[in-house]
Amino acid sequence: MSEAPHRDDAGAKLGMWLFLFTELLLFGGLFVLYAVYVTRHPESFASASNELDLVFGTINTLILITSSLAVAASVTALRKGSPGTAQVLLGAAIAAAMVFMINKYFEWSEKIEHGLYAGSSLLKDRADGWGVYFGLYYFTTGLHGLHVIIGAAILAWVFIQVRSGRINREHYISLENAGLYWHLVDLIWIFVFPLYYLIL
Amino acid sequence: MTQAANPTGNDRGFLEGGKYPGLFGWIFSTDHKRIGLLYMYAIITAFIVGACLGLLIRLELIAPGETLMGAQTYNAVFTLHGVIMIFLFIIPGIPAAFGNIFLPLHIGAQDVAFPRLNLLSWWLYIIGAAMALASLFGGGGAPDTGWTFYVPFSLETSTNVSLAAFGVFTLGFSSILTGLNFIVTVHRLRAPGMTWRRLSLFVWALYSTNWVQVLATPILGITVALIVLERIFGAGLFDPTMGGDPIMYQHLFWIYSHPAVYIMVLPAMGVVSEIIPVFSRKPMFGYVAVAVSSLSIAAFGSLVWGHHMFTSGMSDTAILVFSFLTFIVAIPSAIKVFNWVATLYKGSISLAPPMLYALSFIILFSIGGLTGLVLGSAATDIHVHDTYFVVGHFHYVMFGGTGFAFFGAMHYWFPKIYGRMYNMRVATIAWAFLFVGFNILYFSMKLVGLRGMPRRYYDYVPEYTTLNVVATVGSWVMAIGLITMFVNIFVGMRRGAPAGDNPWKSATLEWTLSSPPPAENFEKEPVVTHGPYDYQEAGLL
Repeated sequence: MSEAPHRDDAGAKLGMWLFLFTELLLFGGLFVLYAVYVTRHPESFASASNELDLVFGTINTLILITSSLAVAASVTALRKGSPGTAQVLLGAAIAAAMVFMINKYFEWSEKIEHGLYAGSSLLKDRADGWGVYFGLYYFTTGLHGLHVIIGAAILAWVFIQVRSGRINREHYISLENAGLYWHLVDLIWIFVFPLYYLIL
Repeated sequence: MTQAANPTGNDRGFLEGGKYPGLFGWIFSTDHKRIGLLYMYAIITAFIVGACLGLLIRLELIAPGETLMGAQTYNAVFTLHGVIMIFLFIIPGIPAAFGNIFLPLHIGAQDVAFPRLNLLSWWLYIIGAAMALASLFGGGGAPDTGWTFYVPFSLETSTNVSLAAFGVFTLGFSSILTGLNFIVTVHRLRAPGMTWRRLSLFVWALYSTNWVQVLATPILGITVALIVLERIFGAGLFDPTMGGDPIMYQHLFWIYSHPAVYIMVLPAMGVVSEIIPVFSRKPMFGYVAVAVSSLSIAAFGSLVWGHHMFTSGMSDTAILVFSFLTFIVAIPSAIKVFNWVATLYKGSISLAPPMLYALSFIILFSIGGLTGLVLGSAATDIHVHDTYFVVGHFHYVMFGGTGFAFFGAMHYWFPKIYGRMYNMRVATIAWAFLFVGFNILYFSMKLVGLRGMPRRYYDYVPEYTTLNVVATVGSWVMAIGLITMFVNIFVGMRRGAPAGDNPWKSATLEWTLSSPPPAENFEKEPVVTHGPYDYQEAGLL
């Protein structure tokens, strides 16, 4: 019965959109905490956010946006009948995801070296608000990083499927859904970046 | 429908055959009916474990002081009773077991939209359940926080809170996938002629529930994930000395966990809406109102979580707003009750076991719902908050409501699933024990709560002894009812008389199939020409 000939692209897409809502709400809990705590400790949040490196943040933002463009272009390429181009674009997006994570690694390790990590003794000595700021920063960007890794794995899976021809000009819903997931990962970062790096 | 199928012969429908032999044919099957049955067996097992823990709690409380267990064991037992009953029994209960089997049949579909995802969600349920049960043993001992995992205690206790919380996270994921799957199924797989106005009210209730599952459960996911992360890193998100706020934990927890009570009760209301018209031989009164009330319960129910926190230190404005919104939820609930009663009016009522459970639901849910308003009103809540009145209230709505509806669904759909019939007389006797025992047990709780007995202690002052003894005796009466019911069901499964295809003369689509239904459901896609309760048009009157 798993081989049922039943095919419903619109249904598959509806399912993916519902799943994306759940992902948004998962991050929503963290955004709620951010909203409450930033109104309680505006000064601490402002000074703590100065510790973040704007260069790292901006580069990673550009990387993610570019990779999202690549994934969107790969869907178009496949629909226009050039699976080769689609594969190159998917490969570029996966590479971008890796560069993002490498940047994240250096960014985090620099912070941790300076004693700025969740529950560190340095943060316990600072004013109230530093602790929750960095707690939220690590949990939010950590959860986002986890999604980057999952997203890259999904992109790698569709890459293989495109290569073997199981995802093709007629059957490209999995690629489209993987693209939707990747745009979500991008979109969440578009909110995380200004909230933690820019506006304070 | 003719009673052509012969369940004692060779036709065992979906119960027989399969892609793989034996057990593997079940645990790796993507057939929605098999997955639903797997859920049902797992859920009933969880219920029996939870009920035994509940009986132990009652036994400990039969007399003041230490009777059976010490404080730490008692804390672990009531925590596990709560976690098992809520996350393993009531939340998945009706939607995952009966929803899986009958939602596709009710809309005339071959299966759910994503059969493999459906199987995955069952596996996630089993893995989550295994983690919750494993937290009982090893490490720092069984969790002792209560099912709510309130901070700061849940961050400080050395018991296995992390494992239990991760189990809850996994169970939440399973719940999300089921919800998502059902929504897409209802939107995409309805048979020709199955318009939204012809959906059964069970499907409407499930559909509303699924939206809550999809939209609320992720919040629970992030909340319990934060508990685990805080236990590991101690970032202080809920610690005032680090700038955090423990009240924020309670908000996040109840943003999910209050809508979750509608995840529990809406499908139960759907079951009652199926049973009442069938056994009154009348079309459902106010079909549209009942369908819309499901949606509005889902919508308003998502905005009332703050009523769990009237004594936690919220602002007075917040308390008033949440109190007001809580009262609004009573309106769609009352719409349902009035429409059920109006359906009964001048009906040709037969008191078969499913109907007895459905009628019990109306009575018990009304008692539970009205005492809920005592708690939803801020002024009275201050007096009874965290007393046995609360315990009595939610057992009336959860067990008296959803639990009884689950048993009702079991008795209603039993002949369809197994093609056999249980012993009606024994089923009625079991119901009587359950109903009487239930009221003795939980009404005493309400009374002792009004007199001020706090919940979650293994000990109490001697003044409360009489009512506690009465409650414990009630728990024994109920246990007799439960045992009788399960034994009767089990015997019926094995040796019941052939039931025929449509023993209750119901007009929903599953009854047009043979019993048990064939593996591929409908031989050819059905064309629906009448509503789910149009007995006249279906030629069943």
